[in-house]
Amino acid sequence: MSSADRNIEPLIAVEDIHTYYGKSHVLHGVSLKVGKGEVVGLLGRNGVGKSTTLKTIMGLVHPHRGQIRLAGTPITSLPAHKLARLGIGYVPEDRRIFRLLTVMENLRTGLDRSGVTEARKRELLDKVFAYFPVLAERRNQAGGTLSGGEQQMLAIARAMMLEPKIILLDEPTEGLMPRMVWQIRQIIDVLHREGVAILLVEQNVPLTLEASERVYIMEKGAVRHHAAASALKVNDAVIHQYLGV
Amino acid sequence: MDAILAFLQAVPYDQILIQTVNGIVTGMILALVASGLTLIFGIMDVVNFAHGELFMLGAYIGVVVLATSGNFWVALILSTLTVALIGAALQVTTLRPLIGRDPLTTILATFGISLVLQNYALWAFGPVARKIQEPFTGYFTLFYLEYPWYRLLIAGLSAAIIGGFWLFLKYGTYGIWIRATTQDRVMAQAMGIPVPWVHTFVFAIGAGMAAASGVLFGPLVGVNHAMGLDWVLKAFIVVVVGGMGNLGGSIAASIFISLLEAYASIWVSPAQAVIVSFVVLILTLLFRPTGLFVPTPK
Repeated sequence: MSSADRNIEPLIAVEDIHTYYGKSHVLHGVSLKVGKGEVVGLLGRNGVGKSTTLKTIMGLVHPHRGQIRLAGTPITSLPAHKLARLGIGYVPEDRRIFRLLTVMENLRTGLDRSGVTEARKRELLDKVFAYFPVLAERRNQAGGTLSGGEQQMLAIARAMMLEPKIILLDEPTEGLMPRMVWQIRQIIDVLHREGVAILLVEQNVPLTLEASERVYIMEKGAVRHHAAASALKVNDAVIHQYLGV
Repeated sequence: MDAILAFLQAVPYDQILIQTVNGIVTGMILALVASGLTLIFGIMDVVNFAHGELFMLGAYIGVVVLATSGNFWVALILSTLTVALIGAALQVTTLRPLIGRDPLTTILATFGISLVLQNYALWAFGPVARKIQEPFTGYFTLFYLEYPWYRLLIAGLSAAIIGGFWLFLKYGTYGIWIRATTQDRVMAQAMGIPVPWVHTFVFAIGAGMAAASGVLFGPLVGVNHAMGLDWVLKAFIVVVVGGMGNLGGSIAASIFISLLEAYASIWVSPAQAVIVSFVVLILTLLFRPTGLFVPTPK
């Protein structure tokens, strides 16, 4: 355990996970923590295992070894749909919105679950439509007809319907124009203020350092460096060593 | 000009109208069978070779319940529910363990189920065809024919079942779950949708629809252990022609192919008219392999 996360009370604790795709060993003992309401960045070059780490936490890939805990409870072998119900939201790097479903139907995939009253559903919808007015305007439009930025908003709004304790955000600004990148940055702040923890995978280093409290840097399927974002902002050498920027 | 007039005078309009009605009736039954098949393929990527036997099993359960209760509608409902439950059990015990394996394993598994069900029916009910008595026997006059009302009822009921199912898919919560799972099962799981149970539910619905068509069609043909073969073959043709996994396409293809066969049988024997289905299938595979009733891929 490094000094930066020694005092964190973890919401998610990933402990020494080893994940394989077939015979290919992709994650070599990744460990990290995300505290309640904390924004944590996960940086690294392409192909180092950042997205696989998120998929493993989400239960879309199961690790061969290691343990994942949610608020202290082991969740390593649970299927993805149970993890979603336990409060883990996932926004994948290619957004993966349901293209033939309308905006409203996309939102309903997370909203229509047992134990959510009609009044609560209304509140949640009002909230996301207040954050993303364009989704309200396009609520009856098929998801596949939205622009890239709008699809990203829909992917985040859809995850918010699950009332998650943590959202795993995989490259949310990839391929977006600067105005949209700024908007995504605002949304991360809003979620943070609401107490939702975020594990943010990004190629955009300045944005990650701005938005996050702590940052893990991965290389070759393992976490190689871990520090407070504020410390990395003034340490170009580390950024250059691991990310080449 | 004279030749065209002679041709127009020679066209048997009365027969064309009769065959249009026949084609639509058969097409609606076929659509009910094919809807289940295409739905199962669309959501699970499973080519269900046992679908015809679920159709046959539905008809036999209809025979048994009708003999016990004397009520056709009770037989229809009980048979649909029973075969839906059997379908759910088959999916959980046989197909669910094969998820993620080579698709050939599911094909072999469903083929095995089809053989088991067929031979069970032969053992339990024997080789002699049984008959389901239609719920009413009224006729109306269509040109020179006494046309049974029951045939129109089948078409109407099939349309009602398919329509009800479409409304469920469009507006129901579970319908949205099914459509989401069809489009992206990984993301559906990440949204909290219990995908393994959605698969079971869809297989049960498909099996129930096959059973309902078996009971509805039972009064028109004899119920025997091999009755599913013809129907499942035609259903596979319409599923390919309509576009694999495309529900609307399969319904359109069912009516299209049934109408073509019905019109062809004006000039050739019904046995020869079946060739039309295969010609359409071959042309579709050659020139539009994604299906006739799907938008052109861009």
